[in-house]
Amino acid sequence: MADTAATHAEDPSRRDFIHVAAAAGAAGAVAAIAWPMIDQMEPSSDVLALSSIEYDISKVVLGQEVTVKWQGKPVFVRHRTQKEIDEATAVDHDPAQFNGLRDKQTDASRVKPGKAEWLILVGICTHLGCVPTFGQGDYGGWLCPCHGSQYDTSGRIRKGPAPLNLAVPDYSFLSDTKVKIG
Amino acid sequence: MLRKALVLAATLGLSLAGAAHAATTSEEPKDVHWSFEGPFGTFDTEQLQRGYKVYHDVCSSCHSMDLLHYFDLGTPGGPFYDSKYPKPSDNPRVKAIAADFKVPDVDSDTGDAIQRTATPADTFKDPFANESAARASNGGALPPDLSVITLAREGGPQYIYSILTGYEAAPAGLTVPAGKSYNPYFPGDLTAQWHGAGPVPKGGLIGMPFQLTPNRVSFDDGVKSGTNQEAYDVVAYLAWASDPHQVERKQIGFSVIIYLLLLAGITYASYRRIWRGIGH
Amino acid sequence: MSGHSTYEPKTAFTRWLDARLPILRFQAELMDYPTPKNLNYWWTFGGILAMCLGIQIVTGIVLAMHYTPETSLAFNSVEHLMRNVPYGWFLRYFHAVGASMFFLAVYIHIVRGIYYGSYKAPREMIWLLGMVIYLLMMATAFLGYTLPWGQMSFWGATVITNIFTAIPIVGNPIHTWLLGGPAVDNYTLNRFFSLHYLLPFVIAAVVGLHIWALHVPGNNNPLGVNVKSSRDTVPFHPYYTVKDGFAIIVYLLLFAVFVFFLPHSLGRADNYIPANPLQTPPEIVPEWYLLPFYAMLRAVPDKLLGVVTMFGSLVLLFLLPWLDTSKVRSMRYRPTMRWFFVIFIVVCLGLALCGANPPDKPLIPNANIGFNLGDNNINSYVWLSRVLTAYYFAFFLIIMPFTGWREKTLPVPDSISTPVLADAGAVAPAE
Repeated sequence: MADTAATHAEDPSRRDFIHVAAAAGAAGAVAAIAWPMIDQMEPSSDVLALSSIEYDISKVVLGQEVTVKWQGKPVFVRHRTQKEIDEATAVDHDPAQFNGLRDKQTDASRVKPGKAEWLILVGICTHLGCVPTFGQGDYGGWLCPCHGSQYDTSGRIRKGPAPLNLAVPDYSFLSDTKVKIG
Repeated sequence: MLRKALVLAATLGLSLAGAAHAATTSEEPKDVHWSFEGPFGTFDTEQLQRGYKVYHDVCSSCHSMDLLHYFDLGTPGGPFYDSKYPKPSDNPRVKAIAADFKVPDVDSDTGDAIQRTATPADTFKDPFANESAARASNGGALPPDLSVITLAREGGPQYIYSILTGYEAAPAGLTVPAGKSYNPYFPGDLTAQWHGAGPVPKGGLIGMPFQLTPNRVSFDDGVKSGTNQEAYDVVAYLAWASDPHQVERKQIGFSVIIYLLLLAGITYASYRRIWRGIGH
Repeated sequence: MSGHSTYEPKTAFTRWLDARLPILRFQAELMDYPTPKNLNYWWTFGGILAMCLGIQIVTGIVLAMHYTPETSLAFNSVEHLMRNVPYGWFLRYFHAVGASMFFLAVYIHIVRGIYYGSYKAPREMIWLLGMVIYLLMMATAFLGYTLPWGQMSFWGATVITNIFTAIPIVGNPIHTWLLGGPAVDNYTLNRFFSLHYLLPFVIAAVVGLHIWALHVPGNNNPLGVNVKSSRDTVPFHPYYTVKDGFAIIVYLLLFAVFVFFLPHSLGRADNYIPANPLQTPPEIVPEWYLLPFYAMLRAVPDKLLGVVTMFGSLVLLFLLPWLDTSKVRSMRYRPTMRWFFVIFIVVCLGLALCGANPPDKPLIPNANIGFNLGDNNINSYVWLSRVLTAYYFAFFLIIMPFTGWREKTLPVPDSISTPVLADAGAVAPAE
C-alpha cells in the first residue's frame, strides 16, 4: 500500500529503543576509531626506551660535574668534595639559615643515603629554564646567567628570582659506579 | 627518427619485460606451516627464542636487521618478553643481549670514533660498516637486511624456508660460477649455464652458500637442531621481526568484526523500523 | 539551496545565528531534502565514499606526523610507524587498505551512474564533477604510493612520469620540471608528499560542488523517471541517513577483514624492498585500481599513441552524457544496452587482468598455438588487451550513440509511485 511522506512526521515510535541502540553503537564505533588517532601522538616505543639512561659515574672527577642528556634535558652529575657537602649540611643544622630557604629541603633529602658525594640534578633553572653554570655564584653551587639565580652546593635556590630548588630526577645506583637516571 | 626510436624503445621494453618473466623459474615453495598463520595464529615464544639464536649465531655475521631495536626483543609477543618488566628496556635478558655488542659511537670528550657497549635503545648492530664492505666480503653480492624479509618476498615464510632447506647438488651439466650456489627455489634463468640434456633446471644461483648444517646451533631448551628445525625456527623469528604486531592485529580484528556484525544487525533493525509502511 | 525545509529557529540564540550565518538552516535543508523513496542499495555508495574520503584524510594527517619525506629516511619512517608508534600499524593499514576501498566504492558508484543514466540531462554537471574527482583520486593515489619509497614506489613513479616524455617537443622539459631533476629522486619525493597532502582537500572541495550540483535537480532513481510530487519522496533524514549508515557498516566489515586479516593481499611484496635506482624489479605493476589504464597504455606499440589512448579513455568518460542518444534514462528499460553494458564491465575486469600480467605472457600457457600478428603472438596478454581496448572505445563511440538511437526500449513507468500502486492493483509494470 502506497504511503505518503506524512507518515514520517512526529511519530513517537521514532524514539524507539532500537534507534537509540543503533546510534549508541555507531557512536561507540566512532570512539573506537578515534582512540588510536589520539593515542598515536603518545611517545613511541623508541622514545620511551630512552626515557631512562645508565651512566658510569667513575668518570666524574672529584670536585667536578658532568652534564648528561636525559629525555632531551641536561642533567648535572656532580662529584662533591667534603667541603661542599659540609657547606650544604651546615644550612640544615642552622635553623636561621634553614628557615631562610625559599624552598625548604634538607641536603639529605636530595641525595641517596651513603652517597652524599653524588649530587644528581636536572640542570634547568626553575625560573625560566636556562642552564645554570657550574661553580659560579656566592654559594659555590651554580649561577644562572639569564637572570642571576644562585644555587648552593645542594642545588637549593638561595638568591635571585627562581622559585624552587633544582629538581632531583628519579635515579638509583645500580652499583657503586653506575647510576640509572629515569 | 624520434618516432622510430620511440617504437624501438617500446618494443625493446615490451620484449625485455616479456623475456625476463618468460624464462625466470623456480620450484614452488614447500608446503610448511607455522603457528602464527591464519586468523587465530600466535607465535610460540620458545620457537622465537630458538629462532633468535639461529639468527644471532649464523645469519647476523652477514645480514643486518637495521629496523629492530634490542628492546623489541622484550616487547609483548616477542621472544624474551617478561611480564615482570613491562618496560622492555628494563628486561635483564634484553639488557644482557644488548651488552654483548659493541656499536660505533663518537667520544663526547675527544670527538674520536669509538666502539661502546650497546643498550636496549640501540638498533641491531650492523655486521658491516657500509654496503661496499658488505659486498666486498660476499663476492660482490649484498646480503639483504632481514628486518622485513618475510614480507619482501613472494611466498613469504614458505619461500624463505624452502631456500634455506632446499639446497641441492647442481645437476650434471650445470656450470655454477665461483661464489654462487645452485638452489631450485631461488628464482633465476639457468639457460646460459645449462649444458646438459633435457630441459633447463628450475631455480637460480644464490650468493649465499648452504648455512643451516645440522647442530650448527645448539638450542638452550634442548630441541634437536637439525637443518629443518633450525630453518623452521629462524623463519618464525623472521616472521615475527617482519610483522611484530600481527597477533595483536588479528585479535583486535576479531573483536572489531564481532562488534560490526552486531552493529549491522541493530542498524538494519532500525532501518526496517523507520521504513515500515513506505512502499518502495 | 532549494529551501525545502520547514526550519524555524526556536531559541533566541538560534534566531541570532540564523540571521547572521544560517548554518543550522543549511543543515536542516540537507536533512529534510526530498529524496526519491525508491532508491536501492547502489545509491548508498555516495555516503560510503564520503566516509572513505574522511578516513583517508584523518589517517593521512595522523600518518604525516610520523612520516619523513626524504629518500634515506622514508622507508624507515614507515617501518618506525609500523613498529614503534602506538597503533601505528593500524593507521598505516587503514590508510593503505582505505585507498583500495575508496576505489572499489568509486567504481561501483560510477557503474551505478552509467547503468541508471544518472549522467544524463539535467545531471551532466554532477557527472563531470565526479569525473574530476576520479582523476584527482588517481593522481592522489599515485602520489601516495611513492611515499613509502619501496621498489614499486620508485619504479612505478619512474615509469608513469616517463609518460610525459612521450609528448613531442615539450615532453622532456615538462618531465624535468615535474620531477625536479633528470630522474626520480629526493627532490621528487618531497614535492610528491606536498601534493599528496594537498589534493585530498581539493577533492573535498569538488565533492562539495558535486553534492551542490546534485541538489539542484535532485537524485536520480532506479526507474529513471523524474520526481512528480511529494508522494514520490521521503526526507533524507532519517530514511537515508540510517540506510546509508547501515551500508557503511557493512562496507566497514569488508574493510576490517582486509585491514586486520589480509593487509598485504592488495599490495606487492616488492614494495617491502627499499627503493634501488640501479635495479628494476622483474615486474612493475601499479595498484589494482590503475591496472585497466596500464593495460591500455601498453596495448598500443607506439609510445605516444599509447599515452593518447590511455588519456583518451578518460576523456571518453567525460563525454558520456553527449555520446548517449537514448531518450530512456535507466538501463532497466533498455534491455539491449544492458547486455553491451555487462560486456563492458567484463572488458574492464579483463583489462585489469591484462595490466597485471606481462604483455608477452601467453594467455593459454604451455601451448604452442597461435601465430605472430604484428610484433606479438596472438596468444598473449597484449593482444587480449588490444581487443578489450577496442571494445572499450567502441562502447562509447559506437555502441552508445547507435544503440540509443535504434534500440527497442521497455515501457517506462509514469512515476515513482505508480509501480507501487500498480503492485497493489492488477497490472504489474515491466521489470
